[in-house]
Amino acid sequence: MASGGEVKLFGMWASPAVRRVEWALKLKGIEYEYIEEDISNKSKDLVKYNPINKQVPVLLHNGKPIIESLVIIEYIDEVWKHNPILPKDPYERAMARFWATYSEDKCRGAVREVFFAEGEKRVKAIKCLEETLRALDEELKGKKFFGGENIGFSDLVLGWMAFWLGVSEEVASFEVLDPKKFPWFTSWIDNFLKVPVIKENLPPRDKTVEFFHSYRRLHLAAPKC
Amino acid sequence: MATAAEDGMVLLDFWVSPFGQRCRIALAEKGVDYEYKEENLSDKSPLLLKMNPIHKKIPVLIHHGKPICESLIIVQYIDEIWSNNPLLPSDPYERAKARFWADFVDKKVYECGTRLWKLKGEAREEDRKDMIKILKLLEGELGDKKYFGGETFGFVDVALVPFTAWFHTYEICGNFSIEKECPKLVAWAKRCMERESVSKSLHDSHKVHEFVGYLKRLFGLE
Repeated sequence: MASGGEVKLFGMWASPAVRRVEWALKLKGIEYEYIEEDISNKSKDLVKYNPINKQVPVLLHNGKPIIESLVIIEYIDEVWKHNPILPKDPYERAMARFWATYSEDKCRGAVREVFFAEGEKRVKAIKCLEETLRALDEELKGKKFFGGENIGFSDLVLGWMAFWLGVSEEVASFEVLDPKKFPWFTSWIDNFLKVPVIKENLPPRDKTVEFFHSYRRLHLAAPKC
Repeated sequence: MATAAEDGMVLLDFWVSPFGQRCRIALAEKGVDYEYKEENLSDKSPLLLKMNPIHKKIPVLIHHGKPICESLIIVQYIDEIWSNNPLLPSDPYERAKARFWADFVDKKVYECGTRLWKLKGEAREEDRKDMIKILKLLEGELGDKKYFGGETFGFVDVALVPFTAWFHTYEICGNFSIEKECPKLVAWAKRCMERESVSKSLHDSHKVHEFVGYLKRLFGLE
């Protein structure tokens, strides 16, 4: 187990952003205290450590807070240098960051659009989502993981798609993960989910499906401005 | 100092883009020579489409024929290749703070600013309040420091300073005074402009405002 001070993680069990930080901590063998937050009733501590957006995840290292999951993972990688998550070469690092940004700026929004869209809007949204899957599939050509032979930064950040995209498909009744259309991406999902640290650190599927069903119902029922 | 030919550095950019300016400022801070290529965004070059096929956007830094995209990623790349005048601090916690605030600028300033000049009426009132809130948070982070990076000009300074050329536009669209709301931030902007890397990369705020006027006409917003 890697030592290096007191580590606490404020999280929420269903959140992919929290889970990716846990994957990073576990890959490094870092001991930490996990604090589950009730998002509808945030703790005083969460608000104290993240007054800006009051969101999880928040990593507390020796009492100092670090926020935003991508920032947290880079921090973890810089403090605990064994089992590196980011490559050494500056160009490879830039590529890893590019795909991580792509996940957050494009893929999340694309899935979200399909998840909440209905009718014609859904058809359009699915086309956008498939474009992102095509780009990811292209990038993975000839590779087992985005990081190459082993998982790296991009895999951890994009990892939510290996589990939560399937959940979204089930909850919102759509299908995009076609091995014929995206052979490399669907293989990556299989390989990613087999990595022990990932396999042993996923939320329970039934509970997650139930959670996102409620989440979707709530959102669709909310008055539109 | 390495020449553009020796190091093969090309920056695909657009004159008024704050994202492109971040890259220009970072390269100037490091004293790196490069070839600047102005893109016509309504008729993108084959080179741009080849180097950034996914987003087809500027800025793109091409180094030894390999493209790096996304301005903050480019700035970090530049900082990692050239170790003089470091933009990111060496302490991991300070680096995390810098990355957080640079990301904050990306997520908040540009998006709110765009809404400010695009929208009208009541929506604009909401955006004005949002922009003031965002700028006050940034000013809070700056505190009494010379720069966001402390005594040295750093990553967050590079991330935010190009947007100061848009302050005049935000003020006119939102009908408020940034100097009145955030005097420390305005003082910081003036200090940054004393650096050659910044003054040579940014355009006059009236030119920016003129450009926004052109965009509004293009989008049929006037």
